[in-house]
Amino acid sequence: MTLDYAGATTKYEPTLGLEVHVELNTKSKMFCGCATEFGAEPNTQTCPVCLGLPGALPVVNAKAIESSILIGLALNCSIAPYSRFARKNYFYPDMPKNFQTSQFDEPICVNGYLDVEIQTDEGQKVFRVEIERVHMEEDTGKSLHVGGATGRIHGAEYSLLDYNRAGIPLVEIVTRIVPGTGKYAPQVARAYVTELRDILRSLGVSDVKMEQGSLRCDANVSLAPIGSGKLGTRSETKNVNSLRSVERAVSGEIERQANRLEAGERIIQETRHFLEESGQTRPGRSKEQAEDYRYFPEPDLVPVTPDAKWIEELGTRIPEKPSVRRKRLQTQWNCPDKEMESLVNAELLDVVEETIKLGAEPTRARTWWLGEISRLANEKEVAPTSLITSKDVAEIIALIVGGDLTDKLARQVVEGVISGEGSASSVIEKRGLKVVSDDSALMTAIEAAIAAQPDTAERIRGGNIPAAGALIGAVMKATGGAADAAKVRELLLKHLGRG
Amino acid sequence: MAAISRDDVAHLAKLARVEMTPDELDHMATELEDILGAVKRVQEVATAEIAPTSHPLAMTNIFREDVVRPSLTNEEALSGAPAKAEDRFKVPQILGEE
Ligand SMILES: [Zn+2]
Repeated sequence: MTLDYAGATTKYEPTLGLEVHVELNTKSKMFCGCATEFGAEPNTQTCPVCLGLPGALPVVNAKAIESSILIGLALNCSIAPYSRFARKNYFYPDMPKNFQTSQFDEPICVNGYLDVEIQTDEGQKVFRVEIERVHMEEDTGKSLHVGGATGRIHGAEYSLLDYNRAGIPLVEIVTRIVPGTGKYAPQVARAYVTELRDILRSLGVSDVKMEQGSLRCDANVSLAPIGSGKLGTRSETKNVNSLRSVERAVSGEIERQANRLEAGERIIQETRHFLEESGQTRPGRSKEQAEDYRYFPEPDLVPVTPDAKWIEELGTRIPEKPSVRRKRLQTQWNCPDKEMESLVNAELLDVVEETIKLGAEPTRARTWWLGEISRLANEKEVAPTSLITSKDVAEIIALIVGGDLTDKLARQVVEGVISGEGSASSVIEKRGLKVVSDDSALMTAIEAAIAAQPDTAERIRGGNIPAAGALIGAVMKATGGAADAAKVRELLLKHLGRG
Repeated sequence: MAAISRDDVAHLAKLARVEMTPDELDHMATELEDILGAVKRVQEVATAEIAPTSHPLAMTNIFREDVVRPSLTNEEALSGAPAKAEDRFKVPQILGEE
């Protein structure tokens, strides 16, 4: 009989461990001045250093050190007063040097933690994920396996290597084992990677695009019978490249391991690959033992000893934790959960906050960014923030609130700004979009409407107030929408003796 | 007792992708043994006051600014490659690994 997820977690206690690799967004590589741009022509961003040619001398990118320290500080780590690089030796063509420059027993940041909150049966619960280390290393090249039907290694006749990515600064963030999550292990894993991604983004140290590989997660999972107090053998699942996949990979592994154990089989310590389509994992290469990498201190690089003042200065640049900020803004803006979620998912939090800081009323700021502007951005398949500035939106909202623009006119202004006619004020100026608030001008339009529909006017005089809609509509049409409907209604009813 | 066994040498040879004959393995095991002996003598000299060093000069924090410098062209980068295709380095199929 096979165990489903609920069955698996009733019998077995999962233990989690997560390794996240993040590509830093420095302009140049970790040890050389080659550009790091994504998507360049193959092998056009390489040099003797990152190709591992004899005699080349690597020099550490200061920005990468700074970013690593920022990450450590944001994760409540201690920053090592002394840390070194080491050579991790292995033969695989993705590293032309035959070793990867990494850190081994002297990482730059140690002993941190990250608290993540998830929804449990007993309500919101906080889990503390302890961070063992944050260390610096370099990314590998990209291989293309040719000849195999699937693009995978097996069956390939040869491989083609592009070293543009080799040497891009990479930071690895390793957790300690996370015990006691029980059946919530998959959600804790996802919440951790989500929170981590948000923090890295708020620090501005990485693009954190999982789909482009600038943020990658390996999930370690082991199982032990509940109450045994033991730790089982773990597997390490790689190739997990979305937040949803993190959750699925962990639950898939829990189910697979539980069923193996139920069948009396052993869990093999191995690397497994996550399969996006099925949510399952398949075995990869068996993990080389750590000593097989024959780490030794990198003789071409000198130790890193960041001084206390620098670390202190960097500490002042750590922004508010994104989850804390979200809660604060939600309260300030009195924003419903659903809408807050939409703002976060659409990555509109920053721009809405800016718009509100520029004086816009919170509800209108949210509505404009999530509504009309997002709709237009969707049509054009671009980010809403690339279409219009928070300054223009704040100005438009101020004009609406002040009665100078109707919603309809405001949409025309937005459209004008987006099609490149200039700032909000110049679009209003050029298109003559201000509300007709001059009473006499409105009265002329109202009188014309009454003259055109005398019967309707008569009905209103007789007390049929809803009939006013037809005349108001006619006035709005006559003024090209440039009138305030409420104002028209007020003047019309007054004129017909019903005001 | 040998600190380095013949099996150790065979394992290292495999990791270093060096093909060695049985004779060479025996020979290398003895040779490495001698080298370790020499290292051991140096270790006897080293005292607690001398910190282990990985670099001949007592320097720290040698950094460069994050500035992009010109890379090699694709042709230059590939000029020393034994084989190439599609602007990339061409390597034999890689077996047993993913
Ligand atoms: Zn380079």
